Amino acid sequence: MQAFLKTGIAVAVMAASISAAQAREQLRIVGSSTVYPFSSYVAEELGATSDFPTPVIESTGSGGGMKLFCEGVGDNTPDISNASRRMKVSEFERCADNGVTDITEAKIGFDGIAFAQSVDNGDINLTREQIAMAVAAQVPVDGKLVDNPYMKWSDIDKSLPDRKITVYGPPSTSGTRDAFEELVMEVATEDMEGYGGEGYTNIRQDGHYIASGENDNLIIQKLTENTAAFGIFGYSFLEENADKVVGASIDGVEPEADAISSGEYPVSRSLFYYVKNQHKDDVPAQEAYNTLFMSEKMIGELGYLKGIGLIPLPKAEREALRQQVESRTQLTLADLKK
Amino acid sequence: MSHSFDDISAQLKGRHRRTRRLKMMSMGALALAASFLLVFIGDMVMRGYPAFQQAELNVPVTYSEQSREIPLAAVEEDVRSLVSRGWLRQLPRAMKADPTLMGQTIDSWVISDDQVDQYLKGHKSHLKPKEQQVLDRMIENGTAELKFNVNFFTTGDSKLPEYAGIWSAAMGTILTLLVTLAFAFPVGVMTAVYLEEFAPDNRLTQAIEININNLAAVPSILFGLLGLAIFINFFGMPRSSPLVGGLTLGLMTLPVIIITTRSALRSVPDTIRQAAFGVGCSQWQVVRDHVLPLSLPGILTGSIIGLAQAMGETAPLIIIGMVAFIPDAPESITQAATVLPAQIFTWAGEPEQAYVERTAAGILVLLSVLIFLNAAAVMLRKKFERRW
Repeated sequence: MQAFLKTGIAVAVMAASISAAQAREQLRIVGSSTVYPFSSYVAEELGATSDFPTPVIESTGSGGGMKLFCEGVGDNTPDISNASRRMKVSEFERCADNGVTDITEAKIGFDGIAFAQSVDNGDINLTREQIAMAVAAQVPVDGKLVDNPYMKWSDIDKSLPDRKITVYGPPSTSGTRDAFEELVMEVATEDMEGYGGEGYTNIRQDGHYIASGENDNLIIQKLTENTAAFGIFGYSFLEENADKVVGASIDGVEPEADAISSGEYPVSRSLFYYVKNQHKDDVPAQEAYNTLFMSEKMIGELGYLKGIGLIPLPKAEREALRQQVESRTQLTLADLKK
Repeated sequence: MSHSFDDISAQLKGRHRRTRRLKMMSMGALALAASFLLVFIGDMVMRGYPAFQQAELNVPVTYSEQSREIPLAAVEEDVRSLVSRGWLRQLPRAMKADPTLMGQTIDSWVISDDQVDQYLKGHKSHLKPKEQQVLDRMIENGTAELKFNVNFFTTGDSKLPEYAGIWSAAMGTILTLLVTLAFAFPVGVMTAVYLEEFAPDNRLTQAIEININNLAAVPSILFGLLGLAIFINFFGMPRSSPLVGGLTLGLMTLPVIIITTRSALRSVPDTIRQAAFGVGCSQWQVVRDHVLPLSLPGILTGSIIGLAQAMGETAPLIIIGMVAFIPDAPESITQAATVLPAQIFTWAGEPEQAYVERTAAGILVLLSVLIFLNAAAVMLRKKFERRW
């Protein structure tokens, strides 16, 4: 008993006396759950083929990642943040306030956002306006904004199925959600009468839109159980689960790799990661990770990441971006406002 | 007021009927709970069982200058897409480690791609018809087989399902629980000893007692927030480390240990204390030589149950960064690590079928360890428990 207590106390004291300031070999990455599969693929490759330890990647959502990334410079802050949308001006400013002033932006490819349902339902064609009407908190009725009265798809348009509106989608910390709001909601509502010519992005909270966490698999599972529902998630999950779910055509375009890459499919977005250059010397793995990630082997036309759902950028753009990341071009506020 | 014998007999019938009804209802409740458990475990076994097997291919591997540069060249063209990329990419390192391999061609069993694995298990796979033909031929020759999945127990997380295993997570769990035990056990037992043996019974100790009981019911995610604020932000301990995870889970386990230790101490009869005092023992001697040894089985049981609870916990660990992609096994308590339930959670979010298997298999491993721990708790209690 006594010996037991003594060792216990000894271990506790030892644990407490370990100081935080330890040189770190391991790269730390946070951010988007959409970029996570690509990022961890590259990380594992780095760990398996070099002497660097495998980087640690937390899937926190784009917003959550930026929050951690911008907390400051130093050992306990991440070196890289993944994002499924561009860094926001507010995030850039927050970073700058906390001393994170030297950031490089790396664009890695495209991802489409699928608006999908169970395969049992067959194909459906929706317009962005119809989708916006289904999930907006307020919609114009006779020129005035009222709380969304639509219960069924057929309430929006007679040609749509007589099914209750249920949409499983990402929560507000998610980059997928940001992209959905921007590419579907804003675009659809901008020119719509009643919204005053401005994009409207508030999503209804009366139970018809169900925020389902950062777990896209869970949404797919929900769709197989509730065949009347729709789900919003990244294209890679649609491709992987083609036997369970089918993506709706949006404005007449089916969600397919070519259509996403060419920009024809309207709901596609770029994926990014952001590098904290101030950690360059402290964490040498950062450089190696950058080089590997931006290589043709990973993000190219025949790259590994294409195999797991990333849609490659055009060749010229890849070249330019590789240069940009290699030279660690500093991101400026003006870039983000473009 | 008097009842005739008939009245009582009539009543008796009704009372017996109620007894029978109660018995039936409680048996029904038990049967319902048992069937839920059976369905759950049965489902996990059905889904998880295939993960303990992994397809391997027997192919000639050529170790040459070329295959050191481009590992894909080490195997023949028709099987290139069938062999795991994870196996191929470690070739250059293997050749560096063993230079005698150079220039040889050796027939060896290599890990296959997860799609081959799914095909051999009779599940849906993305294999092209041509690949299927090659594979069918290999199955006939006996050069493609399902073997025991060693990788599942020796590797960490991976983006290649055939290389995904629970080793790193298991190491993380062990280190984390060691920290939890080293922190929560002494502190918990000491607190309980003070409250039970020394503390006066006043408003203050009553308030403390209420608070401890309250803490035991606080949602675990709050301990994660507390851990983030205190251990990471204030003390600057490394994020994602078993040190922080263990201390956070320790905070969570503390009330459980205090409460069970107190009841174990209380079950030691006062006569023992009085007898010890009677022969001139100091309070220190009474506690050390008599009360603690006698209550030890109860204390250990409580601690094991507390630990088992901590072991299955994920929510607070999300906040302190232990739910992440961490393939390397931790070597110390300050390195980044993940734990078993977190690994299961991560796999549950992967789209491939092979991960669905591994998720279930991970659950089976976790359940076995939990059953073992809880059985140990019961055994300890049965073996050492004394009744007065």
